Amino acid sequence: MSTTTLEFGDTLARTAESEDVGEKLVLNIGPSHPSTHGVLRLVLELDGEVITKVDTDIGYLHRGDEKIAENMTWNQFVPYTDRLDYMAPLANNVAYACAVEKLMGFELPPRAKVTRVICCELARISAHLLGLGAFAMDVGAMTMFLYTFTEREKIYNLIELLTGARFTTSFTRVGGQTRDIPPGFLEGVTEFCAQFPGRLDEFGSMLNRNRIFVDRTKDVGIIPDDIALDYGLTGPNLRGSGNPYDVRRAFPYLDYQTYDFEVPVGSTGDCYDRFAVRMEEMRQSVLILRQAVAKMPGGAWQVHDPKNVLPAKDKVLTKMEELIHQFLVVTQGPDAPVGEIYFGAENPKGELGFYLNSRGGGVPHRLKIRAPSFCNLSILNHLLPGHTVSDVPAILGSFDFVMGECDR
Amino acid sequence: MGQDVLIEEIAPGAEKLPDFRGESSWVVAKEKLSELMTSLKAKGYTYLVDLTAVDHHGTDPRFEVVYELCNLREKKHLRIKTKVAEGDAVPTVSNIWKTADWHEREAWDMVGVRFADHPDLRRILMWDGYPHHPLRKDFPLEGLPTEMPDIAFTAKAPLEGGPFVTSSASLTQDREPRAHPAEERSL
Repeated sequence: MSTTTLEFGDTLARTAESEDVGEKLVLNIGPSHPSTHGVLRLVLELDGEVITKVDTDIGYLHRGDEKIAENMTWNQFVPYTDRLDYMAPLANNVAYACAVEKLMGFELPPRAKVTRVICCELARISAHLLGLGAFAMDVGAMTMFLYTFTEREKIYNLIELLTGARFTTSFTRVGGQTRDIPPGFLEGVTEFCAQFPGRLDEFGSMLNRNRIFVDRTKDVGIIPDDIALDYGLTGPNLRGSGNPYDVRRAFPYLDYQTYDFEVPVGSTGDCYDRFAVRMEEMRQSVLILRQAVAKMPGGAWQVHDPKNVLPAKDKVLTKMEELIHQFLVVTQGPDAPVGEIYFGAENPKGELGFYLNSRGGGVPHRLKIRAPSFCNLSILNHLLPGHTVSDVPAILGSFDFVMGECDR
Repeated sequence: MGQDVLIEEIAPGAEKLPDFRGESSWVVAKEKLSELMTSLKAKGYTYLVDLTAVDHHGTDPRFEVVYELCNLREKKHLRIKTKVAEGDAVPTVSNIWKTADWHEREAWDMVGVRFADHPDLRRILMWDGYPHHPLRKDFPLEGLPTEMPDIAFTAKAPLEGGPFVTSSASLTQDREPRAHPAEERSL
């Protein structure tokens, strides 16, 4: 019979060591998980329920949009912009068209500008409604989603009237839109604006002081404003932290400086503030919509530049000159000058920017999409450690990101 | 024009490009980049809007890294560009703006520009171990086969004669590739 001698000091040291290290668990969330809103993958390192380290893995929805863009004419890329932030395709169409028009040096006629403002604000309301419904569902309020979808449906009807499609609109072209606003559209927008604020109050009354909702969002995921800007956050996520940067105010496009609206900001930068900013932005969008409908001017709705802008269809079918121009613009694309520009637009998710590098001709040399969701998600590795796993859906929901735009 | 003086002071030899559509751009040597960016951030350019790389295939140096800066207080936009040859590295700015971390990973992944001293220069959109940089001009649109048969997308994509972009050319079959039946096309 043999005996083993244990040295007292060693056993103590071993206990201390094992307590210090603890047991870390690696938890993999996604890429297909209801709370990741698409194909986002998070690799969480957990100590009990507290997150200690995060690795955010993106790229599951990468289609190579920028490579595709280098192989087609400027107008051919419009349908691809539908699929960036697919919650607000109209706003992407407008941002892209404005970027190419900046490169071309076009100044849009007033009617086109006001039409595009209506497009942007309708898209903003519809995207925020989805973000709101999905966020509420993530933290346990299932009903909100159905309520917000009822309102979204009304916006879809308007968008269908305007563009002919409910979801993949592809409405803009370089220098204008595919067509003028149809009869009955402005009346529809006015009708929507009349009833929507009341519905918004109802949504607010369901969530604003809902105990469960507030407990799960208040003081969760706090981002100080300097950190938010350092990580390139834009849109409601930045404004929730108290920074009032809004592209519509800072670098006005489409004559946004002539509209009277407020830019709501949060104070603490937690999930609740980001929610509150989106709620208020929808009210402001309604104000902008009313002003836009009231001042809708008549006249031309696309730039007059026959060699670079598609002519009216009825003229193409009856006139020789327009047929030639149509053929040139469609096959060779608008003839862009040599140069490079950056254009940023305030989209529902944040600043959607296009960096266009042109060597002349109808095809971009390089087209870079500055996707707001990409920049917004980059803060997760910094933000999530210290939170519990149950905070993850709340924080992700409050970010309101879209992977189609993040991965491009 | 406070930043113009600053750029000339820190990076002598920096070239100011002609203004285009109201935007000012500078080309700066990459050795001076870190110092210049730190000063610009202290000067009010606290927001790095975008960072991207452009492949000018056939020219030397081949790549160009483009930084879009924004001064939110004075509402000013500034573009800084730096040129880098193939295989060379650009100093990272991820220690100056945190947002540059992911942007630089994307530029490395897509165009293959290295960033020196980047804390974690991994691929971000393509999978680990992917051998190519897809946004290079010598990478074909249909893709290149990879030697990893277990992973999806290792074969070329069927393009059916595309991309259907036409350019000014004298022959119809060059200008409009679908003008002739498939068997006559050289695919």
